[in-house]
Amino acid sequence: MSTLAHIFEAEGIATIALGSIKSQIEATAPPRGLWCDFPLGRPLGVPSDSEFQHRVLARAFELLDSSEPIFAEYDVSIIDDETEVMACPMPPRHDPDLHPAIDEVNGLQPAYERSIAQYGNRIGAGRAIQADEITIAIEAFVKIAEGTPWKEAGVPGIPSRVSQDIRGYYETAALALSDHAPSAWAGTRWFLDETEAGKVVMAARQAMADADEPNPIWFYMAPGDR
Amino acid sequence: MADSDIKAMTANLDGVKFEETAFTVPVPLNEAKVAIVTSASLHHPDDEDFSPMDTGYRILRSEARDYVMGHWSPNFDATGFALDINTVFPIDRLDELAAQGIIGSVAEEHLAYAGNQFDLSAIRLDSGPSGAKFLKEQDVDVVILTPV
Repeated sequence: MSTLAHIFEAEGIATIALGSIKSQIEATAPPRGLWCDFPLGRPLGVPSDSEFQHRVLARAFELLDSSEPIFAEYDVSIIDDETEVMACPMPPRHDPDLHPAIDEVNGLQPAYERSIAQYGNRIGAGRAIQADEITIAIEAFVKIAEGTPWKEAGVPGIPSRVSQDIRGYYETAALALSDHAPSAWAGTRWFLDETEAGKVVMAARQAMADADEPNPIWFYMAPGDR
Repeated sequence: MADSDIKAMTANLDGVKFEETAFTVPVPLNEAKVAIVTSASLHHPDDEDFSPMDTGYRILRSEARDYVMGHWSPNFDATGFALDINTVFPIDRLDELAAQGIIGSVAEEHLAYAGNQFDLSAIRLDSGPSGAKFLKEQDVDVVILTPV
């Protein structure tokens, strides 16, 4: 962001760069920088809270009054408590002959479709695989977790991107199962720790790491601190 | 897993150092045309998806708010954007500010880049200046830059 800010200013466009990581925005020193201590992925702070978002924008636009480069800190922080997990009533086990993760994916389909109808497909499946291919991807990751080399497992795309689509499918479905806007990372923690599909993705990732597959192939299947 | 841990992983990534800080004094805000430029890899559904180290940009139209998150990084929360595009791309908020006369107008077209870059030279020398030219041709005065 800061690189673009420098370039745009040099071309005669005034900029205000929002930043979520203080050391980064300080080090890259955009001409006008506003550090907002908000979770990554939420630069305006709070979804569906227009007043909060307007306050952030108002503070940002105030920086245009400065006659020289300026760095400022927004006076409200939003701190991830590291524990909140989305509470989603999951569909009951339906077909005992299916792998639990496959059964789970099928059971979440109505919730996924309700969420897509309400919000649009903003983060759901569609980058590497479509929603109806999620089960194929899960089957491939199950094989990897059980020892099949990933290139022979039939992963329908680059594993990190496929994993991202699975996570997006679940987080999108979760929005229709929860009665409130989740705090940041609560959906990701739910997917990775509470769902069968999340456990499969993490097991496949671990199997690829243990098999000394190149780091970029498996590392980005989950957030980097996992 | 914690937001603080993810931030710590990327806190010390090198950025481009500029010897001089360019600085533009804009027209008064209530006369300014404002655009959003985000590094969230947003795009319209029919546009080309971002590739892993894509240094280009996509044009985001104001009129079609069907933006899709195309970012390759797993290291941010996406549910905020899924619920409300303004969490990342505050286009509705800008419309409201324009209607109130606080800003002059909202650009018809905005830009999205991919923020997960390790080599910024192509953005610095090519797609960054190209994006600036695109915005200047729209008479954009002020850009608000949003990350994820």
